[in-house]
Amino acid sequence: MTMRGNGPLFVEPDCDAARQWFREKPKQMSDKVMSVQDAVRQFVSDDDYLASGGFGGDRIATALLHEIVRQQRQGLSFAGHTATHDFQLLCAGNDTGRGQLLKRVDIAYIVGLEARGLSPHARRVVESGQIELCEWTNYALALRFQAASMGVPFLPVRGFAGTDTFDHSAAARVTCPYTEQELTVVPALWPDVAVIHIHEADRFGNCRIFGTSVSDWHVARAAKKLIVSCERLISNDEIRRDPTSTTIPFYCVDAVCHVPHGSYPGNMPYEYYSDEEHLREWLTVEQDFDAYLEFIERLIFDSANFEEYLAQCGGAARMDTLRQQELDP
Amino acid sequence: MELMICAAARTLEDGAMVVVGTGAPCAAAMLAQKTTAPNLTLMFEAGGVGPRLPRMPISVGDSRTFYEGLMATSMSDIMETCQRGMVDYTFLGGAQIDACGNLNSTMIGDDYQRPRVRLPGSGGASDLGSLCWRVLVITPHDRRRFVKKLDFVTTPGYLDGPGAREAAGLPPGSGPYKVITSLAVLGFHEETKRMQIESLHPGITVEQVQAETEFELECCSPLEVTSEPTAEQLDILRREVDPHRYIIGR
Repeated sequence: MTMRGNGPLFVEPDCDAARQWFREKPKQMSDKVMSVQDAVRQFVSDDDYLASGGFGGDRIATALLHEIVRQQRQGLSFAGHTATHDFQLLCAGNDTGRGQLLKRVDIAYIVGLEARGLSPHARRVVESGQIELCEWTNYALALRFQAASMGVPFLPVRGFAGTDTFDHSAAARVTCPYTEQELTVVPALWPDVAVIHIHEADRFGNCRIFGTSVSDWHVARAAKKLIVSCERLISNDEIRRDPTSTTIPFYCVDAVCHVPHGSYPGNMPYEYYSDEEHLREWLTVEQDFDAYLEFIERLIFDSANFEEYLAQCGGAARMDTLRQQELDP
Repeated sequence: MELMICAAARTLEDGAMVVVGTGAPCAAAMLAQKTTAPNLTLMFEAGGVGPRLPRMPISVGDSRTFYEGLMATSMSDIMETCQRGMVDYTFLGGAQIDACGNLNSTMIGDDYQRPRVRLPGSGGASDLGSLCWRVLVITPHDRRRFVKKLDFVTTPGYLDGPGAREAAGLPPGSGPYKVITSLAVLGFHEETKRMQIESLHPGITVEQVQAETEFELECCSPLEVTSEPTAEQLDILRREVDPHRYIIGR
């Protein structure tokens, strides 16, 4: 039995270093509303470790991810936790003539878009061997964020032992001091920066998520820097009327970007359904590399901002249709 | 496909808890709910619990997985419900499966750094396959999938045989339960933990199943014939569960 997986550990689980960071993080209730461009310019640096909220194609921070690609960040590490369209998007920064956006990836789920199929460009990028990889599972990565949000160096799990997934991970085996059972432990993961799309926030970054939270409760608390995009800006009084609904508190948040339809073409619960036609178009276009380069040039690099992207994808009329699909399935 | 979905639906008893994905497993669970198991609790790994599914979800995280649901929670909550022993079944799939029910959804090829095909990886599969009591697999049956040796063990079945799960620290008494294929329903021998044919689909022979399987298969005795879908099952499957034939048309 391997005692420690052979995969690379991209972030040391140093909880005292993290405590120091969180001690110094600004915690004033200041106005954090800014543009997507400014938020990414200010809070996402080359070589950062990036985490992305939601579930791959559901409640994802598409506008922020587009901007990271557009500003051509280099050498990022990424938590491929339930990643589908978000990973597919970031791959637009690899092998497309603009350096190397992704350098290291902790994998639970990448390359695929669930039943929709595999992304040909993401496959090209990953199969070429240019990215350093470490294997995990969805729950293992969720627990790594949980350990970080708890401020402890690791957490135990009873899963994925005895597999190649374990051997290619940086998980370890320990014996329980109480029961002497064999357990797998996973190291805490503090992302340098996380991007999460949510339903409602006030100007200080008190956030509400409706529907499933996936792992965002922990991602938000584990991240050293956090940018949220929101469907709606609401008042601080409104937040105070119903504190039970606050999922992420202001002191975790560094920037608040107001981006209606910010999860498009992903689903946003109670707001709009996923645009399956557009997601299919991505997968089809990627089969032809030249067509793909033209496609991302038009949709991402030549678009000044996310609003221009939405306009190219059918604008308000399309958004209305997706809203109907969501509200009346 | 209809026969596979109906056979899968019959294995889910009323009152059970099941974590499902999209596609055929979801169709099977919906069909079970509408026929023999009205109190089956459906759970989805992104956090959806007990929805009144209006349509088949496209993503296991989309809003249909908690439409008129009982709870919209987190992924950890779902996985931890499995880990503490409350979840009876899960459905998994993979590009390859071996005689002990181990599954590969990570890569095809012999070089991890330069795979012939990079697949998504575990996602929640290795967690669910470790932590739920019984794992069900619905899959087409051919020699590319039913292999002697996996290119990568993503999700533990019975690993290399009896006692291996327990030795690895996985919860005792859990593991693969049924493999429902396009040719047969297979289970696992109580002692050897190897896959064996339990029932053949109508018109299929043991030789045909063996020809499509790289590893040696045993047969249960008596060897049954898989029950044909009932008229009621087919009617509900075609009219209510999958009216657009997304799954059953495959």
